[in-house]
Amino acid sequence: MTKKGIVALSALISTLSLSLPGLANVERFETNMTESITDVGKEIYDIHMLVFWICVAAGILVFLFMLYTIIKYRKSNGHKPATFHENTAVEITWTVIPLIILLGMAWPASKTLIKIYDTSEADMDILITGYQWKWRYEYLTNDENDNVSFFSVLSTPQDEIHNIDPKNNNYLLEVDKPLVLPVNKKVRFLITANDVIHAWWVPALAVKKDAIPGFVNETWATPKETGIYRGQCAELCGKDHGFMPIVVDIRSEEDFNAWLKEEQAKAAEIKALTSKVFSMKELYDEGEKVYQKACLACHGANGEGGIGKAIAKSAIAMGDINTHMDVIVNGVPGTAMQAFGSQLTDVELAAVTTFQRNAFGNNMNETVQPIDIYNLKQGQ
Amino acid sequence: MAGPDKGFSRWLLATNHKDIGILYLWFSFAMFLLGGSFAMVIRAELFQPGLQLVDPNFFNQMTTMHGLVMVFGAIMPAFVGLANYMIPIMIGAPDMALPRMNNLSFWILPFAFAILASSLFMEGGAPNFGWTFYAPLSTTYAPPSVTFFIFGVHLMGISSIMGAINIVATIFNLRAPGMTLMKMPLFVWTWLITAFLLIAVMPVLAGAVTMMLMDIHFGTSFFSAAGGGDPVLFQHIFWFFGHPEVYIIILPAFGVVSEIIPTFSRKPLFGYASMVYATAAIAFLSFIVWAHHMFTVGMPLVGELYFMWATMLIAVPTAAKVFNWITTMFKGALTFETPMLFCIAFVFLFTLGGLTGLMLAIAPADMQYHDSYFVVAHFHYTMVAGAIFSISASVYYWLPKWTGRMYNETMGKVHFWIAFIGFNLTFFPQHFLGLAGMPRRIPDYSIQFADFNMISSIGAFTYGLAQLIFLFNIIRTIYFGEKTTEEQTWESARGLEWTLPSPLPFHTFERPPAIK
Repeated sequence: MTKKGIVALSALISTLSLSLPGLANVERFETNMTESITDVGKEIYDIHMLVFWICVAAGILVFLFMLYTIIKYRKSNGHKPATFHENTAVEITWTVIPLIILLGMAWPASKTLIKIYDTSEADMDILITGYQWKWRYEYLTNDENDNVSFFSVLSTPQDEIHNIDPKNNNYLLEVDKPLVLPVNKKVRFLITANDVIHAWWVPALAVKKDAIPGFVNETWATPKETGIYRGQCAELCGKDHGFMPIVVDIRSEEDFNAWLKEEQAKAAEIKALTSKVFSMKELYDEGEKVYQKACLACHGANGEGGIGKAIAKSAIAMGDINTHMDVIVNGVPGTAMQAFGSQLTDVELAAVTTFQRNAFGNNMNETVQPIDIYNLKQGQ
Repeated sequence: MAGPDKGFSRWLLATNHKDIGILYLWFSFAMFLLGGSFAMVIRAELFQPGLQLVDPNFFNQMTTMHGLVMVFGAIMPAFVGLANYMIPIMIGAPDMALPRMNNLSFWILPFAFAILASSLFMEGGAPNFGWTFYAPLSTTYAPPSVTFFIFGVHLMGISSIMGAINIVATIFNLRAPGMTLMKMPLFVWTWLITAFLLIAVMPVLAGAVTMMLMDIHFGTSFFSAAGGGDPVLFQHIFWFFGHPEVYIIILPAFGVVSEIIPTFSRKPLFGYASMVYATAAIAFLSFIVWAHHMFTVGMPLVGELYFMWATMLIAVPTAAKVFNWITTMFKGALTFETPMLFCIAFVFLFTLGGLTGLMLAIAPADMQYHDSYFVVAHFHYTMVAGAIFSISASVYYWLPKWTGRMYNETMGKVHFWIAFIGFNLTFFPQHFLGLAGMPRRIPDYSIQFADFNMISSIGAFTYGLAQLIFLFNIIRTIYFGEKTTEEQTWESARGLEWTLPSPLPFHTFERPPAIK
């Protein structure tokens, strides 16, 4: 391409991309691997650079030889072709030399690989579960009741994705609740999935591991610096594969411990509320009120259906209780049935489910307690 | 000897290797444009961050169909077409060994791809799980059209296996007297080895999709842990097919380049025997390295170490090939007609793809490269600058022989330079995107990736435009190209095809030629 062409093209690109608000505030034209905040990650980075420079050197040698040949031995220069077509010594040499170079790379690479698989006792365990399309983190403790768990979901507003609002600096790399970790502690990540295969990738931790349904993979990291680090799902997992980011918030040990205590207290509080057992009448009466405000518009005053399916004598309201709860909490994707899990409290959800199972002649004579809803939401 | 039938029956009932070669080549060109248009949709959506043109599910259908159509519809049939057209001539045979089966292997393909493409119009859309179709995304969570995809893959597999058997039978049985194995042109050698790879691994792919079919419709649990199966098993089976598959694509390209570079260097190929051995070595290694596509899947340490070392070994025979090509040029008398330009670009860009391949072999680093745009850049350097550039080179190289007309050299060079610039503009920045952390197969990305994605999209549109010039040049040559009747088009091309008149008569070598 001519020089003029290059200038014109780069002008075009900067005009087009600079029109994106916020681009001035991010690191642009990043060309290399993220430098890691773990020791193993730094070694991986060094291996990457070592192999890269060896490849650059090999490439330059080969391409210089090629360029020399192309310039020197043109027919238009009047060069007469030679006739040689083999040379065993040369051919053996260029088989052996690459082998030696490869050994030079394999040795440090193998050493680093062995360090990645350092299975020695970790300071803490985090269970990571991939869902379509969010991550669930659970802090595993010796007493199951002290475990803290939560979902971490993309928090970028839809209006930014659909180009209505300007995009913020962390566009698509922000979540409602990040994974919080202590600095200088060896963390073991136990990684699995609930539906399809995902992959948990945080470049700064130099961790990428597949999350496979039915399997638990393990990998380790010892972050050496505090801060916020971002990553993404790396394995195609369906429609919103590009919209399930990872944010890791690494804090000092004291801050982390304080945070964990607070989360444990919060979890206990919610559990206490939700673990209260209500009577059928309490749930039914409360459920009727909830039904009128949340369900009636689509499902009718007598559960006869309308925009939504009938609830009276329906296969869902008279079928498996977990499926019924799931439909109310998570909705039915692709239909008008919304997910009410975040719109109603666990008590309200339990009440309305109980109401639906017993009203309109369904008479299942079953109750759903808030704790059941809580457990469903936690993926248990 | 009868000439060709008139009208459509000439093509429908074709048993002549040249006619079937033409069918394969035009079919693959059509698929190349279809798969290319899917790529244009992908790059248009990725032109800027945010969702503009398509929804994420359709985006996934595009990446999936782009991969499937390009691998199984464009590149593989193009090389089978070249094999059909050229191998009988190169070994002094009158035709392929099994002409009727040859007809069937071709005519399966349009139906296979009609089935695959029709899934775009089905409820739930086309396959959206990537061309690698990992379970359970492609089984339990797949759209209903996955069943059509499975039957489409089965048909492609049957077609490939029959084509491969035909090539092996032809090479082993129909060589002219005196055409010993070690006298065969390198294109014939690479195809012989490729044919064995096809026969070995296409049934493995068929097994994988059949297990998917059973899981989806007959209640088995091959790939579902909940039923005692194993989702990782799918990946092992897929890549046991998939890794040899990438050499199925690139070995014939090596063959083509080994024919064309000596012609325009006016010098015999350097290291013929070592080229044959290197091809065989690459083919062997391709069977024992599959899990380097799975370094993040949670293999035991020894598994990782083994697959890393074995994969690194591939660099040795591949490097030998690159050195051989350059040494063939060394001290030659080079001219730079369009086929040679594409071959030189092939050696240059394929070497870049090989070097990034070596980087990807380093397991600890691969854990960071894996499933990022770095991988996308790497394999497009081998698939596009490798396979597609070599196919373009062969079309320009043999077109005068096929049609008896010369293509327009200026237009050929324009095609080359636009393709070369467009290709590098598209894929070179993707190395940076991948290293900086952009995962592959995402319809939208965070804003620090905006600049390189825009460059990449502009490059892709440029590369797409170049293919229209290519198409125009071919059609122009066939109807209006300057007539050429001489046997030797390129001054110093070797091989039996250059002893025959241009255009090639309908039947050639009805009597075997004398081989010196």
